[in-house]
Amino acid sequence: MSAPGGPETPGAPGVLELDQLSLSFGGLKALSGLDLKVRDREVVSVIGPNGAGKTTVFNVITGVYEPTAGDVRFAGESIAGRAPYVIARLGIARTFQTLRLFMNMSVLENVMAATYGGTKAMPWESVLRLPRARREEREVRALAEDVLSFFGQRLAGYRWDQPAYSLSYANRRRLEIARALATRPRLLLLDEPAAGMNPAETHEVTELIGRLRDERGVAILVIEHDMHVVAGCSDRVVALDHGVKIAEGGFDEVANHPAVVEAYMGRHPEDLAEAD
Amino acid sequence: MSVDSQGPKVGADEWVARQAHRREYLPSWLGQAQRAGERIGWWPGLAIAGLAGLALPLLGVGGFQLQVGIDALVIALLAVGLNVVVGWAGLLDLGFIAFFGVGAYGFALLSSPQLGSAGIHLPTYLSVPIVMIIAALLGLAVGLPSRRLIGDYLAIVTLFLGEAFVEFTNNVAPSVLGGPNGITTIDPISIFGYQLTTNASYYYLLVIVVVAVMAVLRLLETSRTGRAWRAVREDPLAAAAMTIPVNRVRLSAFACGAMVAALAGAIYAAQQTSVFPTDFDTPILILIYAGLILGGSGSIAGAVTGALVVMVIYDGLLRSSTEAGYLFYGLILLTLLVRLRPWRRLALVLAATVALGFAAHAIAAAISASAVAGGPQSGGWITDALRDWVIVPANAQTLGNWGFVVLICLLITLVQVSSRWRTILLPPTLCLASFVWETRLVTEPAITRQLMIGAILIVMMNARPQGLLGQRRVETAT
Repeated sequence: MSAPGGPETPGAPGVLELDQLSLSFGGLKALSGLDLKVRDREVVSVIGPNGAGKTTVFNVITGVYEPTAGDVRFAGESIAGRAPYVIARLGIARTFQTLRLFMNMSVLENVMAATYGGTKAMPWESVLRLPRARREEREVRALAEDVLSFFGQRLAGYRWDQPAYSLSYANRRRLEIARALATRPRLLLLDEPAAGMNPAETHEVTELIGRLRDERGVAILVIEHDMHVVAGCSDRVVALDHGVKIAEGGFDEVANHPAVVEAYMGRHPEDLAEAD
Repeated sequence: MSVDSQGPKVGADEWVARQAHRREYLPSWLGQAQRAGERIGWWPGLAIAGLAGLALPLLGVGGFQLQVGIDALVIALLAVGLNVVVGWAGLLDLGFIAFFGVGAYGFALLSSPQLGSAGIHLPTYLSVPIVMIIAALLGLAVGLPSRRLIGDYLAIVTLFLGEAFVEFTNNVAPSVLGGPNGITTIDPISIFGYQLTTNASYYYLLVIVVVAVMAVLRLLETSRTGRAWRAVREDPLAAAAMTIPVNRVRLSAFACGAMVAALAGAIYAAQQTSVFPTDFDTPILILIYAGLILGGSGSIAGAVTGALVVMVIYDGLLRSSTEAGYLFYGLILLTLLVRLRPWRRLALVLAATVALGFAAHAIAAAISASAVAGGPQSGGWITDALRDWVIVPANAQTLGNWGFVVLICLLITLVQVSSRWRTILLPPTLCLASFVWETRLVTEPAITRQLMIGAILIVMMNARPQGLLGQRRVETAT
């Protein structure tokens, strides 16, 4: 099952390509001229200070916002401005920075609900339990158990039939990823998967991202503030500030890039003195 | 004492989960009944409830009680349809009653001399599906605003649409729809050549239809469609990101609810043999909502149970002053028994209430004979029991009205003050409540039953906010 992340092959077509993407809210430029490419089975991290536009990128990719200029291409096809559910059906799944689970549905139902786009049974087929509805229900159930078992004992057994609100915080984050996997994505967008987790759980997230790529074969675009996670999982790192890409490359390269340091820390006092 | 060594460690995730599960149950024998209900399972439970419903007339229930049963079942059918829209899809639809009207008027037009020269008299197996389909299409149309409106806005817009239906039937084409006089010559429903003309036959039909609709909705609830409905209720943005076309799913919920309402309307029209615009006005809508909320929004069994409870209380018990009296005093006693702790405090309050009543009665009688000339109005043994306890003057109307105002003020004070003052204020409040009940409320059943339903909902809200059979829910921020 395991496939190597592989060295980057420059020029290979990306699963996801952002082309001069811009988004303005009135006079506020949330994103301007952003180029970004995610290749098959590649983990790309997006970093940047608060308000840099990271989540906005996700919202544009998943169709929550329509870009004011530029294009979003997924598997070679332009998806800019298409409805969120259509984009999800094409194979882009996401998690949310502020958890957005179906809190009052059971763990299993949360995952099964995400298979809506992959199934076709009409209501009357479900009521009459016609063959197609029964077959799909079996498949959906198997898929749900499969993606939940990806998290080992964390989301197993008695937890399946519990409402999602009864889960611990870390398990809610895991369930969100499981739910996203149930849409059978080619590209997974993770919005701060390690936010609010303790060091042990954070380490687990780093491993999880690697396993998602290797065992599930998905490309991953991840927003993360925890630099241990970013260093541990990324094939490539992209740094944003004020909606503009300020650096791109390997983790060490980006982390030491002067523009990135400045965006996070402000300018060094000596540099400021020199500028005067 | 046995310790469950197999159980999870205290504080562990599974332990927390079990504790939460345990809290779902009501205390004491009610909790045991709940557990027994769960052990039976949903489908056998439905079968038992259905058979019990069918057996009820065999126990000698008839006449007025049967009519109450029919009305209750119609409202139950409406509540379970409303549950699709409100309980599952989370759309606050206040125009739902209009689909009931569409079903009734649609069936009336297709089964009466109203349309054309000789009228249309379609067989039931055609007319009922036709009105259901029409209602579903209308449901789609009414659901269209939900693309842009949600929550309060959707509620108020649909409320206008519902009122528009009443105005429409009142004013448009009076030669066909009959205006305020309605349509009064509707054919009965006929099944396999049997014409249903007696109340008993409609009662049986309704029990079967309610059980069938519950079964269909149960199959839907646990299917792809049902999951999508609830996902959209929980979080539309997340649902869309998980491949669910939110708008289409919302519309399908509207259409599904409308079909159930139209079915109820058709049966109602045939049973009444007449329809009037006022049958489909807001008061009925309030009863449907009361039933759904009392029973537990989001639960099929809850919606039906809640509607039956509300209608039996509202239509059955509260029409007779004696039974209303039992309910009133019973509710007060029950609340005192449950809420007043420790026992000494309860005994003190009860004793003080009884003593205060007799003392006040004796003093009032000594001052003027006419002050106690009225006598309790509840009837039955309540009247005999309270004759020398509650003061009822000969002409109590004005005094009763003022008493009511003072009672409301006292009740508001009661919830504000400390526990000591509450104990002191309770006996006079109880005496005053009884006075207001015997002088005014019992003689105004139309108002009283509204107040009682409101009071029951307030008690429910505090005791068990998820409703009788509903699942506890957390609010999700959107």
